[in-house]
Amino acid sequence: MTGLLEPRSVGADRERVDGAAKVTGTAPYAYEQPVPNPAYLHPVQATIARGEVTDVRTGDATALDGVLAVLTPFDAPRLETGRDAELEILQSPEVHFRGQLIGAVVAETPEIARQAADLVRVSYARSDHDVSLSADHPGLYRPDEVNAGGETDTRQGDPDGAFAGAARTVEATYTTPMYHNNPLEPHTTVASWDSSGLTIYDSTQGVHSMRQVVASTFGIDESGIRVVAPYVGGGFGSKGTPHANIVLTVLAAKRMAGRPVKYALTRQQMFSFVGYRTPTIQRVRLGADEHGRLVSLSNDVVEQTSRIKEYAEQSGEPARKLYAAPNRRTTHRLAPLDVPVPSWMRAPGECPGMFAPEVAMDELAQACGLDPIELRVRNEPETDPGSGLPFSSRNLVACLREGARRFGWDTRPRPARSTLEDGWWVGTGVASSAYPVHQSPGSSTATVRFTAARRYEVRIGAVDIGTGAWTALTQIAADALDVPFEDVDLRIGDTGLPAAAVAGGSSGITNWGWAIVEAARVFREKFGADPSPGDERTATQPENPNTERYAMSAYGAQFAEVRVDAYTGEIRVPRLLGVFAAGRIVNPRTARSQLVGGMTMGLSMALHEESVTDERFGFVVNHDLAEYHIAACADVRRIEAHWLDEHDPYVNPMGTKGIGEIGIVGTAAAIANAAYHATGVRVRDLPITADKFL
Amino acid sequence: MIPFDYRRADDVDSAVATVTGNPAAAFLGGGTNLVDHMKLGIAGPELLVDVTHLPFDRVEELPDGGLRIGANVRNSDLAAHPLVRERYPALAQAVLAGASGQLRNLATTGGNLLQRTRCVYFQDVTTPCNKRTPGEGCAALHGYTRYHAVLGASRHCVAVHPSDLAVALTALDAVVRVRRADGERTVRASALHRLPGAHPERDTVLEHGELITAVDLPPLPLAANSRYRKVRDRASYAFALVSVAAALDVADGRVRDVRLALGGVAHKPWHATLAEHVLRGGPTTVDAFNAAADAELAEAQPLPDNGFKLKLARNLIVSVLRALAGEDTR
Repeated sequence: MTGLLEPRSVGADRERVDGAAKVTGTAPYAYEQPVPNPAYLHPVQATIARGEVTDVRTGDATALDGVLAVLTPFDAPRLETGRDAELEILQSPEVHFRGQLIGAVVAETPEIARQAADLVRVSYARSDHDVSLSADHPGLYRPDEVNAGGETDTRQGDPDGAFAGAARTVEATYTTPMYHNNPLEPHTTVASWDSSGLTIYDSTQGVHSMRQVVASTFGIDESGIRVVAPYVGGGFGSKGTPHANIVLTVLAAKRMAGRPVKYALTRQQMFSFVGYRTPTIQRVRLGADEHGRLVSLSNDVVEQTSRIKEYAEQSGEPARKLYAAPNRRTTHRLAPLDVPVPSWMRAPGECPGMFAPEVAMDELAQACGLDPIELRVRNEPETDPGSGLPFSSRNLVACLREGARRFGWDTRPRPARSTLEDGWWVGTGVASSAYPVHQSPGSSTATVRFTAARRYEVRIGAVDIGTGAWTALTQIAADALDVPFEDVDLRIGDTGLPAAAVAGGSSGITNWGWAIVEAARVFREKFGADPSPGDERTATQPENPNTERYAMSAYGAQFAEVRVDAYTGEIRVPRLLGVFAAGRIVNPRTARSQLVGGMTMGLSMALHEESVTDERFGFVVNHDLAEYHIAACADVRRIEAHWLDEHDPYVNPMGTKGIGEIGIVGTAAAIANAAYHATGVRVRDLPITADKFL
Repeated sequence: MIPFDYRRADDVDSAVATVTGNPAAAFLGGGTNLVDHMKLGIAGPELLVDVTHLPFDRVEELPDGGLRIGANVRNSDLAAHPLVRERYPALAQAVLAGASGQLRNLATTGGNLLQRTRCVYFQDVTTPCNKRTPGEGCAALHGYTRYHAVLGASRHCVAVHPSDLAVALTALDAVVRVRRADGERTVRASALHRLPGAHPERDTVLEHGELITAVDLPPLPLAANSRYRKVRDRASYAFALVSVAAALDVADGRVRDVRLALGGVAHKPWHATLAEHVLRGGPTTVDAFNAAADAELAEAQPLPDNGFKLKLARNLIVSVLRALAGEDTR
């Protein structure tokens, strides 16, 4: 790549182009898409965790006025099988987890559908189930690879020998609980299947990827399917891969032969079959010399997956690459359980996998008598510890130093439990953040068209899940075409547009933006600066040769102030401050929202969130937003996100690294470290709740 | 949710008569709890009698200096009322510690008292619950019990009552006024809710068809020095792990009078009479406050997940009493 896109619109603080429509309630989300004469679906869910459905009595349900259809495992339309067991619902009587979709009622109103679903009588042959993860689970196995394609295990040197001989050591087990994504908009599908084809309005992170899965699951051609998602109320990964609710709705639409079917999940259903972050058990061992330089670093990770489909969260990844250490080991082992299939949640692997090592680093700093920032600086690698490649850019130390300056770190007393103010123990903590630059060359294609109105229409099947992509892509297109922002009309969220990668892995701007830049380049190459109406060019995001030559990641440093009530253990975080180095920032307004949002979600992870499984029944019992606690406004005080000007010519033509996920990476460790500094109590098991300080 | 009839009550007598005469009828207040239960399959009334238009929507000063709070006074209005804030600050604090702004705008005083437990098993009809279906068994007893009772539970039910308002009313000697088919009766707030015993399906001593019309607060000078503190798993919008409502009158370094009630520990707001007894006449010292808390909690029986509630309750009692005693703490 020679030089980056000249920024004119890029870098400008712009309101969201979709903002007015959203705040006035006129932006149509999936459920609000107008379809003629819709019918409504309510599912039937398994109430055992393992076994078989032996009988389904639908008489009472079908007798209800307004019930149009009841689907069961014994009479549902057939699907292609053998590809993805998560999606193969109603194809056999087997039950693999409690809450599994085993039927559906379609009715004239949502209320009738729900009432009728309660009247469907299901009999089971129940088998013993196992939903309990432990570090010594007898079924632990080694997956072939982990999510995002990483290696399952890595080993450099002699980690155990170096640990045994280290002058300073930390050895501890850290745990993160199960988490459930709860975007404001629950998963929603509106499907209509008539002679002209199948149309799906969905709350999804990827219209093309979803179309592909629906086509293969139903054994039909992609050309007969249209997926539309102009506005999505949050996803965080849970809408990144299609889940069984989509299949159920399309099955119902097929049965209804032309009449559209609408299905929006209840909040309780969000805890059953649309993915979750696996709980993790991480055994970390750090060994250092007397100066705090790491000689050994290992993280052995135990997680769960479902018996029917493997998902291996890559929680060992951060330990592979953040700090220099000549001897190192990371491993992943999975327990296959009778549970729903785990899936993506904001920064899969990187987020839970940063908690353990970054708390361990705080413990090592204490063991070495070093400031936690100084310890990190001393272990800064010259090249990527995982691949040995040079960094395309790496400004972790600069983030730590800038954060320290802004936060006022130099006034921090060294000893823990040394500040009591008005009945509150006060402390501060720090942790590093990192998130890899993901890119999928060839995944995204864009079209630039000059219209009769003498405007530039830019078409790409990207999806804005609340990130600001509508606005940021318009800014990139304006600069790529060298025209004012106002001259660009962006079209996204429809499989009728050129194919685009899923909104995931913080890679949207990289993949989609690059396709737009390339399309603008070939457009100008062909038509010059003065095109004629109707001129149009299409291009696909090319290979990036630099990915073979450089290690690419965004970095950050997060600082937390924590107060713990000396009597009650109540914990508050009056201040969070993050400094990030994530390449060029396209739009400061939407970027700040992404980073502050990630940090808020990290605070929520640190203090509140925990999906509680009742092992006897096999399901998450705190399955609503009154009992599954997400940070409330009162918990979120001052949160600041800053960034460094970072020039990285290797990542992509925009110079961007992706900012959707890095904000949640490291937050929980910073808060746990601050809680230790406040109280002297080291909490290694999230969430950090009042009872742990009593 | 099953279909139901809806009727808006125009006068209290016919509302009470209608519900009394129909075992499948229920009163509808703000609906913030009952409507959820109808969606979840916990409640399935055939008829809802909406009582929110009955004229119980005012806070009135009583001749003796007390206050009468109409059953339909919205939680937000109750918490904002100047006389409540001046004379019974713990009550205003308790209301504001509950739910969210949106819910408080809708929820009524009577409905707040009659809200049902948030036990996760009670709220999920796929698990057994004696409170929902008598005789079915208690899933919570050997389940997830972080929020459950440490005092006064039975093997039939270990749920806690979720109301903050009720805890404050218990501490403040409030009296609940109830209309029934054959007239009116009063029930002390501290006696409104029951312990579960063998009949956890009954939350309160009210009979079907009885309607709360008002809550009377007696003149209680020490209530001007009262406080409500609630510890929960986030800063707002969460049910109590433990809460304390207390009022304290101190003279010459001694406790002249005291009121103390706990929330989040039992099937009912827990009037801490043993602690009150230890405190009355005693010194305003941290040791004395600790001794009082210990006396109250001596009979507590924690469950596997909630042993921390004993220390939390003890610390919270001491913390609140210290704050109320102020500079008189020795």
